[in-house]
Amino acid sequence: MADPHLSGLPGPIVHDEIVPARAPWLHRVRKGQTLRIVDLEGNQAVDFLAYAAGDDAERYSAQDTIAAQGNVFLRTGAVLLSNEGRPMMTITATNVAYHDTIGGACSCESNTLRYGHHTKSQHACVDNFLDANVRVGRGKRDMVSNINFFMNVPVEGDGALGIVDGISAPGLMVDVRAEMDVDVVVSNCPQINNPCNGFNPTPVRMIVSDPAGMGAA
Amino acid sequence: MSQTANPYAARDHARAMAGTVVEAMPIVPAAADDAPASVVWEETVAPGGYASRRLARGTRLRLVDLHGDACASVLLFNAENPLERLNVADTVKVQWNGYLGAGKLLLSDMGRVLMSILEDGAGTHDTFCGASNEAANARKYGDGKNYGAHPNARDRFMLGVAKHGLGRKDVHPCVNLFKGVRVAEDGATLPQIGPFAPGRAVILRAEMDLIVVLANCPHVLDPRPEWSVTALRATAWKGAPTPPDDPIRTASPEATRAFLNTEDYYAR
Repeated sequence: MADPHLSGLPGPIVHDEIVPARAPWLHRVRKGQTLRIVDLEGNQAVDFLAYAAGDDAERYSAQDTIAAQGNVFLRTGAVLLSNEGRPMMTITATNVAYHDTIGGACSCESNTLRYGHHTKSQHACVDNFLDANVRVGRGKRDMVSNINFFMNVPVEGDGALGIVDGISAPGLMVDVRAEMDVDVVVSNCPQINNPCNGFNPTPVRMIVSDPAGMGAA
Repeated sequence: MSQTANPYAARDHARAMAGTVVEAMPIVPAAADDAPASVVWEETVAPGGYASRRLARGTRLRLVDLHGDACASVLLFNAENPLERLNVADTVKVQWNGYLGAGKLLLSDMGRVLMSILEDGAGTHDTFCGASNEAANARKYGDGKNYGAHPNARDRFMLGVAKHGLGRKDVHPCVNLFKGVRVAEDGATLPQIGPFAPGRAVILRAEMDLIVVLANCPHVLDPRPEWSVTALRATAWKGAPTPPDDPIRTASPEATRAFLNTEDYYAR
């Protein structure tokens, strides 16, 4: 039987990997390639950053992306802009209504504010981002507001906002096409104190397809 | 003969400028007749200009939208360790609200309070849309460069942080004061650009020793075809660090823990 997670991907598969629950992931996605993220078990927040491969001072900017599209939610067609205002990636398909880019990443430090100091020792997305980035020469200066695929952060009329029960489900996906060569850094969110992972972090699947058939990066 | 034909004449020509007063300038030594305590910084930032300044813990910073069309884009760093900086996502997430106003905190990425907002006479602020950039200004106004007529906030920030040894990677997501963005139910951003009544003021309190970087450029969602922005006044005066019974410190459990973390940092 055909693998439903591969359905509709443009071109041959050049990378296919399961990211374990709670783990970081770093991968170079070449211009024209599509990265598909599969929420295997449902409502698993995937914290996501992207850096321009040739100059990583240029990176995903949530604020530039929001300003340019006039909306805080990321839906099909959203163009992910850099801090220099250039298109880095485009969401070409998703069967989740929208994704978050205002909630940021959990950290050991912010967890102490949100839940209490007893959570300081728990693993967190910023530590995953740092784990991946420090190994390739980036560091804390490279932490900026990220995307949270499969995470739901509504904003109420009085500005109230927060991470609430998810709107994803097992097997739902998002496809992002690279508009330039980018280094994607992901934290498969380990948070257990709010519903962003349904209080149960689970694995996700990362699939890269390449319409040019160029082979693995 | 030219006024500047030799060094003596050129010196006299230069010195004759002394005492010139314009709107956008620092007052040195710092003084203001409308500040309640000893003034440590008084500067009016030009339309399209920027400023950066170290402020000690406890210092009050008053920003005034002098003519109703300023946009104060703000970056904040822990002056002692600028790797710690404003985290806009944590600021809105930890406080369970995306709209800034009196009583709100500006939080660092290390779980501490960088500034708190003591008074807010504006009510129109933005945590969502950030700084304009050169490309956006070039599209809207024909150019966006620092040396041109339509500078953008990001490149102003770059100059401001560079003067404290920081660089492009340190220009982090910012907040915009005086120009607002609200969010509709469907996620749409609803800009509040004004122009507004002149003289609206925001007073902030430094909760750590800070580097404050200000850029005063048109908001990125400003719908007007003209590059429109007016002068921004910054006045800072000395003040005591926040006491344990401060109403902002005790307003929520998240705020109290953020202040506890800040006080813990200074336990030395």
